[in-house]
Amino acid sequence: MKRFRAVYIIWLRDLKRHFRDRARILGSLATPIIFVFILGQGLGSSIGGNLSAAGASIDYKTFMFPGILGMTVLFAGVFASVSIVWDREFGFLKEMLVAPVPSWSIALGKVVSGATIASFQGCLMLVLAPFAGVSLSPLIIAELIPTLFLVAFSMTGLGVLVASRLKSMQGFQMIMNFIMMPMFFLSGAMFPLSNAPVWMDTLAKIDPLTYGVDALRAIMLSGVPSRYAFTTDIGLLALICAGMLMIAISTFSRQS
Amino acid sequence: MSAPEKAGAAGAAQAAAAAGRPPVSDGPVIEVEHLTRKFNGFIAVDDVSFTVGRKEIFGFLGPNGAGKTTTINMLCTLLKPTSGRATLNGFDVASQQDAVRQSIGIVFQDPTLDDQLTARENLQFHAMLYNVPPAEREQRARRVLEMVGLTDRAGDRVEAYSGGMKRRLEIARGLMHYPHVLFLDEPTLGLDPQTRSAIWEHVHELRAEYDITVFLTTHYMEEAENCDRIAIIDTGKIVALDTPGTLKHGVGGDIITLRSTDAVTTLAELKEKFDLEALVKPELADTSGPAGDRIYVEVPNGRTLLPQILKGLTTEILSVAVREPTLDDVFLNLTGRQIREESVDKMDAMKARVRRRRSQGGAGH
Repeated sequence: MKRFRAVYIIWLRDLKRHFRDRARILGSLATPIIFVFILGQGLGSSIGGNLSAAGASIDYKTFMFPGILGMTVLFAGVFASVSIVWDREFGFLKEMLVAPVPSWSIALGKVVSGATIASFQGCLMLVLAPFAGVSLSPLIIAELIPTLFLVAFSMTGLGVLVASRLKSMQGFQMIMNFIMMPMFFLSGAMFPLSNAPVWMDTLAKIDPLTYGVDALRAIMLSGVPSRYAFTTDIGLLALICAGMLMIAISTFSRQS
Repeated sequence: MSAPEKAGAAGAAQAAAAAGRPPVSDGPVIEVEHLTRKFNGFIAVDDVSFTVGRKEIFGFLGPNGAGKTTTINMLCTLLKPTSGRATLNGFDVASQQDAVRQSIGIVFQDPTLDDQLTARENLQFHAMLYNVPPAEREQRARRVLEMVGLTDRAGDRVEAYSGGMKRRLEIARGLMHYPHVLFLDEPTLGLDPQTRSAIWEHVHELRAEYDITVFLTTHYMEEAENCDRIAIIDTGKIVALDTPGTLKHGVGGDIITLRSTDAVTTLAELKEKFDLEALVKPELADTSGPAGDRIYVEVPNGRTLLPQILKGLTTEILSVAVREPTLDDVFLNLTGRQIREESVDKMDAMKARVRRRRSQGGAGH
């Protein structure tokens, strides 16, 4: 248990930093709000309001909302884990690396804190659900929170994996363009994948976020048939989660 | 020291034992044998051996790139030695990392503070990482903050701190877990003279108060005089190791510098009439003075020898000075080069710029 002490310490520090920065907490909600209420409204109106996804007809904003929830968690998770790069640039990483704690516990601490922050940001988004035509019951919320955490954990694991290899913040733009954006658009967050061409369908299958969005949609929108069975989504997410965590930890340990 | 302070210090020592401070072993606190580190064929540290005793202030002196930081990084377990071995407080730096880390405090050249947290939070965080019992964290933080004079600013975020305050806070933080050895890598780099002397006061104070060994690197010759012993390191090798006094004594007494219109003849006469090996050092020339070559000679007793030299020389002497040797002379004597202060200062300025830029970036983030 002593070994896990550092995980808690790093988690505590990152949360302290996050919640101290009120502007960032609110600011990070701006993008999802724009997506749901401007893009969602605009696109929805231009296709006649409703979207027919796999036989069911649904308001586009409502269809999009779980996808944007997935996006929020993806962005928040990767941003949170990229703090490793900041810590390296500002030297604080060195303080942790010379402390009498194993380096895997530093990586794990970063993943856990990032996942907590990303899940929190996702939960904040739920306040907007009624405005997007998504009705939440206590049962739905009880299912959503662990699912959000699972998605957040995978995304943050990916973030820590990338951040361990990143030497400076300059490389971050590349990650935005080549990892986060494709992951977001291929996940089925913005449009149903049922009519997607084969190449897109294949890419979507290797995108971890696809299963996250599918699971979130299954929980929130009862009328829309989901792509995979809920248990398949959760099972795959758990596998991805464990895999990402292991790779992230070993990459981080090797780098330092 | 007043009575309550004494009690406080004794209490702290007991607390140190309670906090699981690694046990004190007999003998030297740092032992280094044939330590070598190569980077892709480049030998940064070349077969270095030395020992450091308990409660010693030990200085590593040399120009930039001499291998000082590489040595520190190996002793701090951040870098694996290519060959050779080193023990710290009896623990091997390669195989007993955690025990070594628990035994040392480190202040790096570049700041490693979390500038979004307050000073007190930085100390708390460090205490947690280093297994300081929760009940003691508050009191230890108060004590180290007081020592470095930051009590009033303890609740401020570190981003508002000046460079000197940050360095002092880092020293304070390095003491939180009562280490046996405190490593200071260029502790005064980029600081103004007043802050530099304040840092040195702290170093002496903490040795007295915390019963601690200080291992530091510097390229400021005058500061190295504060050390009990100095290892002079050049291109990865230790070229001399002794007390500052002995090292200076080894130069050969006093330094006479002459400026003459005809350096060649003067050199020949010094050799012929006085059996003195002199050096011509144009870079030693005081640019404000009259033109002419600067001649540099070490003599056993400058004050009595100088009149004879002046009488004996036939060339015209423009100016003359006698002084006691400094560590600069020791380095010159050992390596034939000077530690080039001007290039070093340029490096400092650059580092300071980088830091400023970083801290601005930090505010934006």
